Amino acid sequence: MTAVQTELAVVQPRTERRAAASPVPLTRVVQVELRKMFDTRSGFWLMASIGIAALLATTAVILFAPDSELTYDNFGAAIGAPMAVILPMVAILSVTSEWSQRSGLTTFTLVPHRGRVIGAKAIASVLVAVVSMLFAFGIGAVGNVVGTAITGTPVVWNVSFAQALCIVLGNVLGLLTGFMLGVLIRNSAGAIVGYFVYSLVLPPLFAVLAASQQWFDDLRPWVDVSYAQGFLFTGSPTGEQWTQIGVTGLCWLIIPLVVGLRLVMRSEVK
Amino acid sequence: MITIDALTKRYGGYTAVDDISFTARPGRVTGFLGPNGAGKSTTMRIVVGLTPPTAGRATIAGRRFADLPNPGLQVGVLLDASAQHAGRTGREILTIAQRTMGLPAGRVRDMLELVSLTVAEADRRVGNYSLGMRQRLGIAVALIGDPEVLVLDEPANGLDPAGIRWMRDLLRGYADRGGTVLLSSHLLHEIEVIADDIVVIGNGRIVSQGTKTELLQAAGTVVRAADLDGLARALGGSGWTVSRSPDGALRTDADPVLIGELALRAGIALTELRAADGAGLEEMFLQLTAETQREGAAA
Repeated sequence: MTAVQTELAVVQPRTERRAAASPVPLTRVVQVELRKMFDTRSGFWLMASIGIAALLATTAVILFAPDSELTYDNFGAAIGAPMAVILPMVAILSVTSEWSQRSGLTTFTLVPHRGRVIGAKAIASVLVAVVSMLFAFGIGAVGNVVGTAITGTPVVWNVSFAQALCIVLGNVLGLLTGFMLGVLIRNSAGAIVGYFVYSLVLPPLFAVLAASQQWFDDLRPWVDVSYAQGFLFTGSPTGEQWTQIGVTGLCWLIIPLVVGLRLVMRSEVK
Repeated sequence: MITIDALTKRYGGYTAVDDISFTARPGRVTGFLGPNGAGKSTTMRIVVGLTPPTAGRATIAGRRFADLPNPGLQVGVLLDASAQHAGRTGREILTIAQRTMGLPAGRVRDMLELVSLTVAEADRRVGNYSLGMRQRLGIAVALIGDPEVLVLDEPANGLDPAGIRWMRDLLRGYADRGGTVLLSSHLLHEIEVIADDIVVIGNGRIVSQGTKTELLQAAGTVVRAADLDGLARALGGSGWTVSRSPDGALRTDADPVLIGELALRAGIALTELRAADGAGLEEMFLQLTAETQREGAAA
């Protein structure tokens, strides 16, 4: 077979040479993890859907919103809604596919320090979130200019830089919530269901409880993570609200993430 | 070199790997042989750091796998050819490995050529690959870093006869150039044709290990002579146990040299004298694993 002849030239095992090999740098792991977010059909469409959703949302605002509501914050809110769902999915699948698709067998033998791989995935996910948000703000700005030009109404730029930062932070926190669930559950379907429980099932339950129990109504901003993070999307939070974002973030995000990381370090990759 | 030292893995009350020690040496193919569920895969996963051991240690060139700076350049690993993201193309999977290890991009093409995957096949998604194609891709991923050690779990699974022959030649050549190969199989014949050293495992314990030659000798000697009864008496007289096989040959644990001398002294002409290889090793395998095998009662 011809393959046997080529093999002689290509495969030359040598000893000693490798002892001084330099470790895989984190930047390279981040680059590879970024690539892995795009290189499957599902990954590609997930990423593409961020752009498609932003365009659709902008078009919908121009077509259906009353002229007086063609303001930058409304464009931002319309684009932010689908993104708040898609970004956590990106983070979840980045982590869970290593287990659900079993590619972790290769990933964790090429980079045996699992903390580095998980850290690289976190960095790559946040990068995707920040770039997507910049993209969303850009599309929103174009929509705002085009929309008001069509209707002949004045252009309203009513989102301050500080507010924009809060919105980016809010989306990054949402994405990290997905990331945390991915690390903790390590199964694509389970983590996605977990995310919807987190973002769609718990908030109404808390709301019902708050409506019926006065003591919980006062306590809610300290307990309900979605409620607390909501401050980031409605203007600049007060000092107390920042503390509430921090406290709920610690309980609902940081602590489970630490537990998940410990499990990942110790678990078997099969 | 792979050194496994008193390795044990327990899951609750179940012991998957029970205090095993062996060495896979450079320049040799070490076959890891055992029935299903014997602990082969668990051992290999421990070697490459995917499973933490309960006790003992496994090292590669004296270092734990996790302490290797860029492990892909030192150890080529293929544990399960199907453990890849089904949505990636074969070329993409190789590219990810190439990027992670920091290799030149040309290695991807070289490896595809080496494992005989065509351009069209490389651009298909792995979900559409046959098991044989996945094995070839897995071998390519294992070899792309030009490592000095290979750890392969059942690499011949799903390959057609020509593919198995190709794999055997590849690994033989690799070991002959100084590489260390540890490969597992539950198929005795596969191990017998390729391995230099054999480690037989059953129920998590090593039941036998040594060079292939040693193990074949341990399987005994087959001898035929014109005067079979005389020869049996001569051997029995020297304290050797002799069994008579149905096809009219004697089987004994005595060394061929010794049998030749005995026959000469007894004045018996031999018509055949050889190590009981082939079938012998199979019988040994079945015997060794008899009490640990699922079909144990029948054996």
